[in-house]
Amino acid sequence: MKIHKYDTVIVGAGGAGMRAAIESTKRSRTAVLTKLYPTRSHTGAAQGGMAAALANVEEDNWEWHTFDTIKGGDYLVDQDAAEILAKEAIDAVLDLEKMGLPFNRTPDGTIDQRRFGGHSRNHGEAPVRRSCYAADRTGHMILQTLYQNCVKEGVEFFNEFYVLDQLITEVDGIKKSAGVVAYELATGEIHVFQAKSVIYASGGTGKFFKVTSNAHTLTGDGQAACYRRGLPLEDMEFFQFHPTGIWRMGILLTEGARGEGGILRNKDGERFMEKYAPVMKDLASRDVVSRSIYTEIREGRGCGPEGDHVYLDLTHLPPEQLDAKLPDITEFARTYLGIEPYTDPIPIQPTAHYAMGGIPTNVEGEVLADNDTVVPGLYAAGEVACVSVHGANRLGTNSLLDINVFGRRAGIAAAEYAQKADFVELPEDPASLVVEQVERLRNSTGTERVAELRKELQETMDANVMVFRTEQTIKTAVEKIAELRERYKNVSIQDKGKRFNTDLLEAVELGNLLDLAEVMAVSALARKESRGGHYREDFPNRDDVNFMRHTMAYREVDAAGNDSIRLDYKPVVQTRYQPMERKY
Amino acid sequence: MATPTLEKVDSAAQEASPYITVVFRIRRFNPEVSAEATWQDFAVEIDPKERVLDGLHKIKWDQDGSLTFRRSCAHGICGSDAMRINGKNRLACKTLIKDINPSKPITVEPIKGLTVLKDLVVDMEPFFQAYRDVMPFLITKGNEPTRERLQSAEDRERFDDTTKCILCAACTSSCPVFWNDGQYFGPAAIVNAHRFIFDSRDEAGEQRLEILNDKDGVWRCRTTFNCTDACPRGIEVTKAIQEVKRALITRRF
Repeated sequence: MKIHKYDTVIVGAGGAGMRAAIESTKRSRTAVLTKLYPTRSHTGAAQGGMAAALANVEEDNWEWHTFDTIKGGDYLVDQDAAEILAKEAIDAVLDLEKMGLPFNRTPDGTIDQRRFGGHSRNHGEAPVRRSCYAADRTGHMILQTLYQNCVKEGVEFFNEFYVLDQLITEVDGIKKSAGVVAYELATGEIHVFQAKSVIYASGGTGKFFKVTSNAHTLTGDGQAACYRRGLPLEDMEFFQFHPTGIWRMGILLTEGARGEGGILRNKDGERFMEKYAPVMKDLASRDVVSRSIYTEIREGRGCGPEGDHVYLDLTHLPPEQLDAKLPDITEFARTYLGIEPYTDPIPIQPTAHYAMGGIPTNVEGEVLADNDTVVPGLYAAGEVACVSVHGANRLGTNSLLDINVFGRRAGIAAAEYAQKADFVELPEDPASLVVEQVERLRNSTGTERVAELRKELQETMDANVMVFRTEQTIKTAVEKIAELRERYKNVSIQDKGKRFNTDLLEAVELGNLLDLAEVMAVSALARKESRGGHYREDFPNRDDVNFMRHTMAYREVDAAGNDSIRLDYKPVVQTRYQPMERKY
Repeated sequence: MATPTLEKVDSAAQEASPYITVVFRIRRFNPEVSAEATWQDFAVEIDPKERVLDGLHKIKWDQDGSLTFRRSCAHGICGSDAMRINGKNRLACKTLIKDINPSKPITVEPIKGLTVLKDLVVDMEPFFQAYRDVMPFLITKGNEPTRERLQSAEDRERFDDTTKCILCAACTSSCPVFWNDGQYFGPAAIVNAHRFIFDSRDEAGEQRLEILNDKDGVWRCRTTFNCTDACPRGIEVTKAIQEVKRALITRRF
């Protein structure tokens, strides 16, 4: 076991982690721990753009953006946080441009902007061009630009280091972050990083679904590490299903395709979104569009012999426009489906895309131990966190924005805290939990296989807690997950070595997915209303009286060592926007 | 009623039986077990429309958990899974079985020119070091504008091709010059220098050109076009290298 000491440790090297690192490296001795290489992060898979009311191409202002974000989140958004997001968006985009990001340009040479779902002029009047973009590679450009600037700033990376545990020490009755424990993939060695500040920026957890736009590596490691140490997870029942994933594969086809004029059609060729969202049509918010697609499918208007998908139609757009604005997604259609988007519509279905919930933080990125108390020295930003700027449903282009605004904020706050704080003493035998976990998996002679349990988990999640949910389906999922968690205790791996043991780490990741799936399902069962991405067919309406509140899920362990989930609730911060009925 | 799922489709697909048996012939190496690398064959039932990466996963998940390779996004964006498939550098997640003659064994090896650490995993550090050496970041002088820097659409287009790089190393590890001499910067580093040299906002083109004027720089390129063929992003890598060479001669860019 090796012990390292840094002022600030950042877990994850995607957009939020690297944006934080650029700030914290200037202010404190910083280490970035990533289980991949920095440029492998799933930020790079984001396509359509980053929202900011630059008003480069038409009238816009950040107040409209704030409103759209709150309405898009079905009023579960903390309104003070949404205001910060929309206000700081403008500088966040300009900062990236100055760092070198190659945005598409207007004829005047300014940053070009395009339409995106849920972003509107003057509180819902009509779609507005607010998304700053670089073709359909905006996430790729952000990831590359941030990595380039990390190289410029000399950010210190520990590549292929898996953070498996969060260390917390109680000082005078206050839980404080003491550091993290990491597993080095290349050697199997365990490293303790003592740090004054720790920032989680480790991304989402979409891999508990089967059809997902998420990378294989998005397994909720940061959420799970904090949750296991008794910290809450907020609003985990809210998961976004992106309307346009490639049929059966889940690969993302950007909403920018509809922003450029693409249309969703059912088997009769009907532009069905006109029925569900007369004003915004195909550019309604994602939860609305995904439900509409499945409604079409369930009512027998789906496409193909199984009637299990609909079409994204780009054939009316000029090929030059597709080449210039949507080069990657058109190539995906050619590569993976053998379809030419110039002439043929693309089969799509909703795909599990984004966790609105996560580790609760305040607007400085400080992690909360309960509704009010911060954990000194602990921060989170990006998809792993819940500020909450996305509420019950995130607007497209607000995640690339979130990682930049709150990644920067967390990086500054963590480094400034580290400048004045002392190291917190490490707990006794700090690596014990990780050593025990790794050795148990490596030495297990159990009969259960990781791949089989993961497949069963993904199947139950897709079937029971996806776009449509009922008490009965969620209960089915809860029972199945409990069974899988029990069977997981009997899981074994084939690779017993120390060197690059990805077999071992897939087993660890499955453990994280199982814990988080349980939190999601239990949180969803208790929320007896429909709001944003959480749609209960048995409670189809939003219930502001009983459920205008954030879910806070805690892991409780009894004397016998059995764990269970305790749910609590946190009020939503409302400033100037009263909840209204949500129409697009 | 639950959300419709793909169960029905899967069973229907099985009835039509699109599955074929494919042999993957994989270069295995694990110094914890043996100092020698060996070939190992795995037979896999797979739909030819699936990816080579899907085949590798089937092996890892159902047959041999010790098979080791890097992957993440699985759709050609993250650059983790460059490998040598049937003798050509490709991304495993962007190569469909049907496109590489599955009637014969599909050979899968680590990319060349970088030290193999285990199975298909190589040491990427020399590759990233060459990248860092070309100063791959925007360098400007003077005061920053309060808003964005202006750039015409034409100036933006000038370096568009080289912004697509995902640092997968498929190009660099396909280059015979790089195989013979690991000191050569390699195509990927030059591509990333090109991305800044031809960006109208950047003011350090001369410095980058001097770095690439080094004995291990662009002049080592023998224009074999392996890199262009290997690039999974369709970047005209050899052309970019030629443009850098021309800029070094004319000092115009």
